[in-house]
Amino acid sequence: MSLDTSMEPLLSARGLTKRYGRVTAMDACDFDLYPGEILAVIGDNGAGKSTLIKALSGAVQPDDGEIWLDGKPVSYANPLEAREHGIETVYQTLALSPALSIVDNMFLGREIRAGGFAGKYLRKLDKAAMRRFAREKLSELGLMTIQNIDQAVETLSGGQRQGVAVARACAFGSKVVILDDPTAALGVKESRKVLDLILDVKKRGMPIVLISHNMPHVFEVADRIHIHRLGTRKAVIDPRRHSMSDAVAMMTGAMEAPPDERTEDPPPN
Amino acid sequence: MSGSKSDDYEKAIHSGGGVASFEVRHRDPLERLHHFLHSYPPAAPLMVLAASLVVFGMVANNFFTPFNFSLIIQQVTVIGILGIAQTLIILTAGIDLSVAAIMVLSSVVMGRLGVTLGLPAPLAILIGFAVGTACGALNGFLVTRFKLPPFIVTLGTWSVFFALNLWYSDAQTVRSQDIDATAPILKFFGERVGIMGAQFTYGSFLMLGMFGVFWYVLNWTAWGRAVYAIGDDKEAAELAGIRTDRILLSVYATAGFVCAVGAWIAIGRLGSISPQSFYEGNLDAITAVVIGGTSLFGGRGAIFGTLIGAITVGVFRSGLKLAGVEVLWQEFTVGVLIIVAVAMDQWIRKVSS
Repeated sequence: MSLDTSMEPLLSARGLTKRYGRVTAMDACDFDLYPGEILAVIGDNGAGKSTLIKALSGAVQPDDGEIWLDGKPVSYANPLEAREHGIETVYQTLALSPALSIVDNMFLGREIRAGGFAGKYLRKLDKAAMRRFAREKLSELGLMTIQNIDQAVETLSGGQRQGVAVARACAFGSKVVILDDPTAALGVKESRKVLDLILDVKKRGMPIVLISHNMPHVFEVADRIHIHRLGTRKAVIDPRRHSMSDAVAMMTGAMEAPPDERTEDPPPN
Repeated sequence: MSGSKSDDYEKAIHSGGGVASFEVRHRDPLERLHHFLHSYPPAAPLMVLAASLVVFGMVANNFFTPFNFSLIIQQVTVIGILGIAQTLIILTAGIDLSVAAIMVLSSVVMGRLGVTLGLPAPLAILIGFAVGTACGALNGFLVTRFKLPPFIVTLGTWSVFFALNLWYSDAQTVRSQDIDATAPILKFFGERVGIMGAQFTYGSFLMLGMFGVFWYVLNWTAWGRAVYAIGDDKEAAELAGIRTDRILLSVYATAGFVCAVGAWIAIGRLGSISPQSFYEGNLDAITAVVIGGTSLFGGRGAIFGTLIGAITVGVFRSGLKLAGVEVLWQEFTVGVLIIVAVAMDQWIRKVSS
């Protein structure tokens, strides 16, 4: 898919900076995510990827710089606020409660209350509506082969859990889904299924930020690749123009991106 | 999915199944039992209770009488109430060693105000409720604000509340006849109704009602789901959007309130108000919760398990007594039950992969 970058970015950031004492984890970093794309974010360990992602998802407050969502400047005090604005993050730990059911997990923190007296005064939950909604969302993503929506999440496989977490992230009118290394803990077959799921989500028009260490996975699904190094964005490359080893070389600084893909001037010699 | 059983990578990719498909596995009977016990936490304690009823029915005289059953229920009423408070806390992966101390302090406040100082009894009771809730909230505040382990916090407040209760009561018992003379309503829950030879107290009915209320709250409200989620994985719950500290504080405060309700019932049960009563109530409440199948690691268990656990302890004590066994063996048996219950929990929590 060729991306029309003449569009307005859906989520973007300019000059994000975050310091921890003397360490600058993020140094005037820019970021752009366009509607409907899968943007992979790659970078060596310690390059500051996670600080960037945390800033975008509200878990970290940048010292400097601005974030725009839908063309409007936004700032979040915590992940909840980011979520209310439609930025959903699937953490590496998935943030699921293993002993609770799939439905309970999907609605954790935003349960549907029943109508009438019972809902208003006894705060009764509308379990039927929650089941219906959860089933609907899971089938939209082709996950309804999970037969029993009341089964505990701990009885699911790693890939299925990822599926539930992704379905939860997509279900509530979100605008952006951030996936933090979704295939890190999975085997070959399960990774395959999760990649298919990511492509499915994209097909439904949802833009995705994918943080990953796995180059084959990145090159398979990403439309553009944001290369993060030394706390800032060095380049945004087109995966069709480069090999994986090029990307790794740019990530580690062994190679510069071609000038048209560079987003920052090369350091003076 | 038939295709997903294959180890062949290509085949698995193109099996056309759903993204994350549910694999139907055949389970052997032990796995089935495991799965069943895992899905229904009160099932195991219920089986233990049923088995103990059968055994004591055979070996003990006069065991299977309505009167004996109602006696057992009366004996477990106060511990049952404390067990409700304890279950709430343990479900959040905490523990509350101060439940009985909160209860006794509340009852002393009710007695001192209502009987000794002659305040209107309903007002004394309400102030007692407020004191209990405040004690619970103090525990919750220390746990959430200062991030102290619940075990240490409540070990400390256990002593603090116990000392306050001795100070406020002057270590004096409020006598039964004084309560009758000035504030008989304090003993309301000790009154009995006879049903077919059985003697139930109003307190027993209130206890059963409260189990029903908390069953509803835990299973049918967002607050209840949050309690489980926090006990299961606090960090995950926080990331999922639950304000965990706020919920935790409310759980401790609610437990304190439940203890204060227990105080009113305890006055009826004992007939008097003694600052020295129920000193072992803390541990008895934990025993009921654990035997009832609620996991000390949090997030797993059911409120009715605690009722079953409390009744099981009552049944063992009553059965052994009626069978003519010495009291020391009652303690011995309850100890063994606790260990077996926790071992069962460890086994049940292991999910077969």
